[in-house]
Formats: sequence, structure tokens, C-alpha cells
Amino acid sequence: MNQTLVAENVVKKYSSHLALDKVSISVPEGCIFGLLGPNGAGKTTLIRIINQITAPDEGTVYINGEKLSAKHIAQIGYLPEERGLYKKMAVGEQALYLCQLKGMKKADAFRELKKWFEKFEIENWWNKKVEELSKGMQQKVQFITTILHKPKLLIFDEPFSGFDPINANLLKQEILELKKNGSTIIFSTHNMSSVEEICDYIALINKSKKILDGEVNAIRRDYAPDIYEVQYSGYFNKMIATLTSDYKILDVKEFEGGSKMSIELLNKEMTNNDIISRLTNFGNIESFQKALPSMNDIFIRVVNNTNAEQAQAQN
Amino acid sequence: MQNKRKHKTKDMSKIGLIIGREYKTRVRKKSFIVMTLLGPILFAALMVAPAILMRLEDDDFKNIAVIDETGMFDQYSLKNTKSINFDFVSDKYFRGNYYDVSEAKADLKDSEHFALLYIPINAMSSNNGSVQLFSYQQPNMGLKMHISNGIEKKAEELKLSKKAEELEISQKEIDNILMVANTSINVITTTMNDDGTEKESSTTVAMIIGYLCGFLIYMFIFMYGSMVMNGVIEEKSNRIVEVIVSSVKPFQLMLGKIIGVALVGITQFVLWVMLTLGIVSVTYAVMQKDLSPAELNPQTQIMGSSLTDTTDVNTDDMAKFSEITQAMDSVNYVGLLLMFLFYFVGGYLLYAGMFAIAGSAVDNETDTQQFTLPITVPLILGIFVMLSAINNPDGSLAYWFSIIPFTSPIVMMVRIPFGVPFTDIIISMALLVVTFIAITWLAAKIYRVGILMYGKKTNYKELWKWLKYKN
Repeated sequence: MNQTLVAENVVKKYSSHLALDKVSISVPEGCIFGLLGPNGAGKTTLIRIINQITAPDEGTVYINGEKLSAKHIAQIGYLPEERGLYKKMAVGEQALYLCQLKGMKKADAFRELKKWFEKFEIENWWNKKVEELSKGMQQKVQFITTILHKPKLLIFDEPFSGFDPINANLLKQEILELKKNGSTIIFSTHNMSSVEEICDYIALINKSKKILDGEVNAIRRDYAPDIYEVQYSGYFNKMIATLTSDYKILDVKEFEGGSKMSIELLNKEMTNNDIISRLTNFGNIESFQKALPSMNDIFIRVVNNTNAEQAQAQN
Repeated sequence: MQNKRKHKTKDMSKIGLIIGREYKTRVRKKSFIVMTLLGPILFAALMVAPAILMRLEDDDFKNIAVIDETGMFDQYSLKNTKSINFDFVSDKYFRGNYYDVSEAKADLKDSEHFALLYIPINAMSSNNGSVQLFSYQQPNMGLKMHISNGIEKKAEELKLSKKAEELEISQKEIDNILMVANTSINVITTTMNDDGTEKESSTTVAMIIGYLCGFLIYMFIFMYGSMVMNGVIEEKSNRIVEVIVSSVKPFQLMLGKIIGVALVGITQFVLWVMLTLGIVSVTYAVMQKDLSPAELNPQTQIMGSSLTDTTDVNTDDMAKFSEITQAMDSVNYVGLLLMFLFYFVGGYLLYAGMFAIAGSAVDNETDTQQFTLPITVPLILGIFVMLSAINNPDGSLAYWFSIIPFTSPIVMMVRIPFGVPFTDIIISMALLVVTFIAITWLAAKIYRVGILMYGKKTNYKELWKWLKYKN
């Protein structure tokens, strides 16, 4: 698969601290890539490097295999976390200006803008001053100006902050639509549930270092403990008697006609099929699945672990 | 290679876009339009007002009561004019052996007289006599001059004819002697240029022009410099700056803003000059239509009718006046204007970078004070040096401060109307250009870090750190 963006061993030092310490990420074409990490971890610095707002001290960034250069500015769309518009300027004029700065011709920008304004049903905002719009409305305008020049790579830094649930959902649909149309999207957020929903890949940065990356589902499987959730109808008590040596039952919920339980695997040599074949003796299995941890759990676990390790190393 | 050139032109067109936005949004602002229109009206008013006031006063008919203890005056020695009438009331207040001036004064309030002129008996006995004019309103200069001229003339006549009697010569001979002796000396200052050309000049005119230019530059640097600073703060506090620097380099953004604001300044200046000239000439044209041709003369047409007194124009004043107009004609206005534009733009560019630093270092306008201090101090110093340099434009103080780039735009503009050696101007200009390039370079380094720092209290130590950041 083509890699839209590759960052290799990127280092960025500020006088008092190291913002990025040999961070490497690789973003496959056409995916949604989540860039995660606690506040101050270095996400924004990395994003600024990709946008050429600042340059790395060491390391290289490639876009579609080419070394990052000025011409790539027109191929990237960036919605920063700290974002805003000129308050005293009219919406349409301002949108035109921002798109022209990205290298679009005025006429093209005008035509495309009209299309998007119609799509979002905001044509009557064109001559309004930005200060007359609500914050959510301003975010819509910003979103349009970010994607209007049809960039191959889109970078959204905390895109959902400031949106109400309805508009946030609209935005999510648009992001998925962009992906469908072939854009690659880097997406930085604290909102872990949105990561599970829309991200294909993630990288987790903590204290200037990348501590985890990969495909979302693979990561969730890797971090899953040996816990399975079984729903069945049948002889419950007998099952408990046979299982206790190899399993530990964590939780049982009974309901009419059956029950659901979580079991933790104690005998590491057993496979899923072994478990299922044992269970079928006692009842009718309705569903069986490995309990996947939420991204939120993984995030907290990994960050806490590395912090603890670091603390230990320092002692 | 070709690719690189293509990017260069793209960069330039982006700076063009930024300049365009900065220019358009400011020029369309209400405050700009109001300032641009009000300025010339104010300037024109300052230039035209004295003439208008004079005319208004002249139109006002004044009846003057006269108590003449000497008995020497009549309507021939104190001539009536279109607006001044002398009413001799001496008889009315004669009380046998004295004139009752206090009663006359008491009567003045309810009479049709504008003022009471009291000529005491000893008014002409010495060479420095005086008469008194009582009125409820301040009498204008024209009236005072008309009275003193009339009385002086009469006194001179009396003394001369008395002397003529003593010497036993005729009045005609006296007149002859006076004509021969009458001398008027006019000091015409002429400055010489190295290339051998000469021109007449006037120190007064040079002082006024120099002062005006220096002060305008000071004002413009402050006005447009703070416009740059506020623009930077606006972008930072609106949080639009990060969106923009993902499309253009921070340096382009800063340069575009500085150039855009400079164009706003130049536009305003040019409009001011044009509108002021327009208003002044239209006003004079209208006023001159009202005046009879006899009251006009070429000098007053140029300078405004401040001396179109209905009385005879004093010859001394006339001479001084023509000297000023000559001197004003002798000033090289095109050269002065070009110099002004150079020092305005140069000085502005020098300080604009510093204003941009101040704007990038803070989150809102209230925090700018500590960073604007190093900008304000040299500018105010420039004004102080200018005030002293105006009296001694070739002194070493004026020389050095017109060479040092931080004060040169103000101080040099004061020296230029007096004539400055070519080498001084070249050194001063070259230093100004070099310094503003250096400051802009420095500013760019601090600016690009500062604009992306939110919610952090900054100090000079922090700025120094930013300066050392790599890219």
C-alpha cells in the first residue's frame, strides 16, 4: 500500500525541552489516521512540522515518497486546534482569500465555495461578517475552507471541539465521505470513542516519544486480556463446575431464557475452539466473543505504564 | 531550477494577496475614511481660517467715537473706510477745562459706537506717545493699525512742518529729503549648492516646513506602526494565524502586512495633500470672487488674503510678505516630497518590524506596554532632538541624530529644508535601509515563534530564546 505520509526519526528541540524524540509514523493512503496523546505530548509540534510551519531539527518527512517541500502546501488541508477567522471580514470574501492563499485560482475557489455553501445551506452567510456568526457556524466555514482545494492529505487537530452533537455528526459524515473519495486523513483528538468509530490506524505519542502505533483493531486485539463474553441458554450450574480449573468467571448476568457471562482464561494453552467445544456440552451458545478493550482503556494503560517506567528509570 | 523559479513567483503572488487584504480591509474601514476626509478639512481650516476671520471682521462696520484733546484730528487725518467710521464727539464731553472721558466710557455701552478712541493732549509730544482705545470687544489688528498709522502720520507731519518752519525750508523740500532718506533693508538669505546653483531661502519658512515634516513623520510612524502591531494581535487573538501560516511562511505574512499598511499610509498622505490643496484653492477662489480687484494683489493671491486689509497695506509688512512667498517659492517641493516619502517609508519600515515583534509577543493589546517602550523612547528622543535641531540644523547634535537610523527620519527631515550636504543624506539613507533590513530579519525570527504562542506571559528573556530557535 502507498504511504501518503512518512515521518522518519523526527526530532524537534526547543531550548528548554525536547518536543519530539525520534518519532516515526507512516500513514497509508486512503485511511483515517488517529494521532493520539495527552496534552503537551508533541502532537501539535508534529502536525506543524508536516504543515511546514516549523522545521524538524533531525529526521525527514516524505509526502507520497517525496521529501516535504513548499509545493506540498497546496496538497495539504489543515484545520488547527487553535483556529479562527478574521472577525470583521465578510464570510465569502474571507473564504476566497484563504483558498487563494492555498494556491487556488479565484474563479475556481468561487465556484467551489458556492457549491459547498449550497450543500451546507449557508448561501445567505456569504456577505455576513464573521462576528455575526455563532461559533459552530464559524467552524463550518473553516471546515469548508480547509477542504476546498481538494487536498490529498487532510489534517484535523481536535476537529470536534466546539461543535454541538448534531454538527459534530455532520462533520464526522463529511470526514468519512472524504475518505471514501480517496483523501488521507490525519486526525488528532482526545475523544477516544470517535477514534474507535472512524480511525483505521493510530499512533500514540507520550512525552515526545511514540509509544504505540498500528491498525486500530489489531491494537485492540493485542491489548485484549484473555477475557471472553459468552451468551447462551442452557445448564448454567454444571458449566461452572467444569470450568473453574481452567477459567475464572468474572461476571454473570442472568435473564429470561439464558445468561451472559465474562470468563477469564487461566490455562494459557487453550484456544478459542477448545473453549467453545467445552461450552457446547452445557448449552446453546448464542454469541461468543473476545472482549476488546476500548481505545480509552488502552490509552490510559499505555500512557500510565510508560510514565511509570520512566519514573522508575529515573530513580 | 525552473521549479524553484515557479515557487518564487507563487510566493510573490501570495505576498500580493496578503498585501491586498491588508490594504483593502483598512482602506474600507470607516475610521480610515473619516480620518482621510477630516484631516484635510482640519488642515485647510488652519490655513484658511485667519483669512476668513479677517474678512468677517472687515465686513463688520465699526463706528468709533473719538475724543481728541489735541484738536488736531479730523476726517482727513483719521480717514473713514468702508468698515470704519470715526465719529468726533469731543464737543459733547467738553466740560470747560477738561474732557470727561469717564462719562464717555460710561455712555459707550448703550451707544452705537463700537469703541471709544481717546487721544490725550500729550499723545504726540514725545516720540513714543500713546492713545487709548476702549471697547467691549477685542478690536482687531486692522483697526489698531489703521488708527496708529493715521496718528503717526499726522504726528510726523506736525513735527516735520514745525521743523521746516524752524529751518525755514518749504514742505516740498522736506518731502524731497524724506524720499531720498527713505530706506528699507530686506535680508535675503541665499543658500548655495555645491554645483554652483543658488536659491533664495528663508530660515523661518525652512523652520516651519522642517518642523511640520518631522512631526508628520513621527505621527505617521506611530499611527501606522501601531496598525501593524494591532493587526498582528488581531490575527493572534482571532486564532486565524495558524491557518494562514499553513499556507504561507510567517515572514510572508509579516512582510505582506507591513507593506499593506505602508500603502495605506501613503494613500492617506497623498489624499491628504491633494484634498487639502483642493479645499484651500477652492476656498480662496470663492473668497477672491467676493473681493474687488483693487483689494487683490498677486502676493495675497498666493498666500491667502490674510493681509487684504481694507486699510492701506503697510509697506514693511508687504516686504516681509513678499520675502516669505519668495522663500516658499524657492523651496524645492518635489525634492522635499520625495525625501519625505523616503524617510516616512524608511522610518516606518524600521519601526514596523519592532511593532510586529511587540504584537507577536502578546495575546492582547493591554500587554503591549513593556514591548512598545523601546519603540517609543527613540521616537520621542527624535522629537526632542528635532526641537533643538531646528535652531541649529548644522550642529553636531542634529548631525549625529540625523545619521542614527532610529531618529534620522525625524531629525533629517528638519535639516533638509535648511540644506544638507549630499554625503550626509546618502550616509543617513544607507544606514536607514541597512538597519530596517536587519530589524525586519530579526523581527521575522521572533515573530514566527511568537504568533504561535498562546496564553503565555512573555518577557525579553523569552524573546531572546525565540530569536535563537532554529526555523
